[in-house]
Amino acid sequence: MPLETKPVTVNLGPQHPSTHGVFRMRVTFDGEEIVDVEPVFGYLHRGSEKLAEERTYSQIVTLTDRMDYVSSMLNNQAYTLAVEKLCDIVPSPRGVWLRMIASELQRIASHFVATGFLLQDLGALGTPLIYCMRERENILDLFEMLCGARITNSYLRPGGVFMDAPDVFWPALDRSLGDIEKSIDEIEEYLSGNEIIFSRTKGTAVLSSESLVNASITGPMLRASGVDWDLRHRNPYDFYSEVTFKRILHTASDNYARYWVRVQEMRESLKIISQCIKNIEPGPVRPSFDDVPRLVRPEPGDSYAAIEGSKGELGFYLVSDGGISPYRMHVRAPSLINLTLLREMLVGELFGDLFVIFGSVDLNMGEVDR
Amino acid sequence: MIKEWLGNFLAEKIESKVKNSVEKFDEKNVWINSEKLYEVCRLLKEDTLFDFDLLNSLTSVDYIDHFEVVYRFTSISYRSSCIIKCKVGYGRNNPKIDSIVDIWRGADYQEREVWDLMGIKFIGHPNLKRIMLWDGFPGHPLRKDFVTYDQSIVNSKGVD
Repeated sequence: MPLETKPVTVNLGPQHPSTHGVFRMRVTFDGEEIVDVEPVFGYLHRGSEKLAEERTYSQIVTLTDRMDYVSSMLNNQAYTLAVEKLCDIVPSPRGVWLRMIASELQRIASHFVATGFLLQDLGALGTPLIYCMRERENILDLFEMLCGARITNSYLRPGGVFMDAPDVFWPALDRSLGDIEKSIDEIEEYLSGNEIIFSRTKGTAVLSSESLVNASITGPMLRASGVDWDLRHRNPYDFYSEVTFKRILHTASDNYARYWVRVQEMRESLKIISQCIKNIEPGPVRPSFDDVPRLVRPEPGDSYAAIEGSKGELGFYLVSDGGISPYRMHVRAPSLINLTLLREMLVGELFGDLFVIFGSVDLNMGEVDR
Repeated sequence: MIKEWLGNFLAEKIESKVKNSVEKFDEKNVWINSEKLYEVCRLLKEDTLFDFDLLNSLTSVDYIDHFEVVYRFTSISYRSSCIIKCKVGYGRNNPKIDSIVDIWRGADYQEREVWDLMGIKFIGHPNLKRIMLWDGFPGHPLRKDFVTYDQSIVNSKGVD
């Protein structure tokens, strides 16, 4: 009698440790091959967009920290840019340089987390993750010097930052830049040419650049497919037009390319930070309260500001009706939109690659569900 | 720099290709007749004059007397962007608008989010289910008339 096989549907998450939070998927397997995937969101939905309608413009900065909690500074930056655009605020130059330093440090920290967890998902239990987390810890210590908080910073304000960096910050930053550079070298030495990493990540989950653009996927995932689209370069906000950096591109569009693009981007971020340190000059870190009061009342209208976040284009859409809180706030969350092609990436791959592919997307559930 | 299309210029170009599609325009935004939305979107994607291949964001606003859906497109090859707005028809109880998922795949989750939180139906969406909230959740929370707190709990504690 011939043996019969049938597909099995397995529920993964929301408490599975490899799902980067509370992500849940219903996966159908045929043997070891994935035949269908259905993602289920919403386990971390806190209604940030509704909450924002009851808060003043400066209070909402704290809400944005909790969206993508591994890149809070970048969320702050996108939000403050949208408020500045809405209220026509001219930010103080020193404040802008400080927030560029803060957000580039945050980008490095976020890419370290992405790299560490990708390798954790690959089965390199412990060691690479701890190496990456050690460097992230340095960056969090720097944030603690800047604003007293480590994860939920709320450091940026419309018009600049809320306080100047203390004197101990600058030597510590110099030291950390060297340490991070060494640590990236170390990671690359162990991992970028590693035979096991090659065999597990090369050629898996390949997507064409047309389909990525059509699915609104941005950030390192898009650049790993060879599309030169970095908002820092294409639409420079803050003072990004005054710094020079290389755009990192890869053409393979597989898991290895995504990993490689992130690691190289960390080096470029370091270069941007050292240029910021050279350019920064003494002065006020935010406009006086006569120019930008704590309680801003923008004219009725709307504004959209987007930055190159660590995961992709992070945008804030604000609608004002002339009151003290926004009439409507919408977040263009790259983590959610980058999952659009998850099914296409996973179907046909093996069970062992599921979490690797998932990890290479680099998502954060706080931002997916908001 | 990404160049933003000016409203009057964009409105003129769209109107010349699709008749009676533009309702009004201002400095940056163009309001499209909701019945012509799909046709206009197809034009924006396929016409070499526009070539908007990236849908940046899709969202909605509740203006109480009408809903508005806001689209933001970018052309990677021309480095230009534009904003299209659309008043949603069929009243407040059953607002409906054409889905653009088959033109831009990236609209998939964003349209589901708008349906879930604002309650605007997208005609032609292949899988229009709630995305953030669970099935059977009463109402759509981002609407302005949504009651945010459970009033029975508030009243039973004697707080109002």
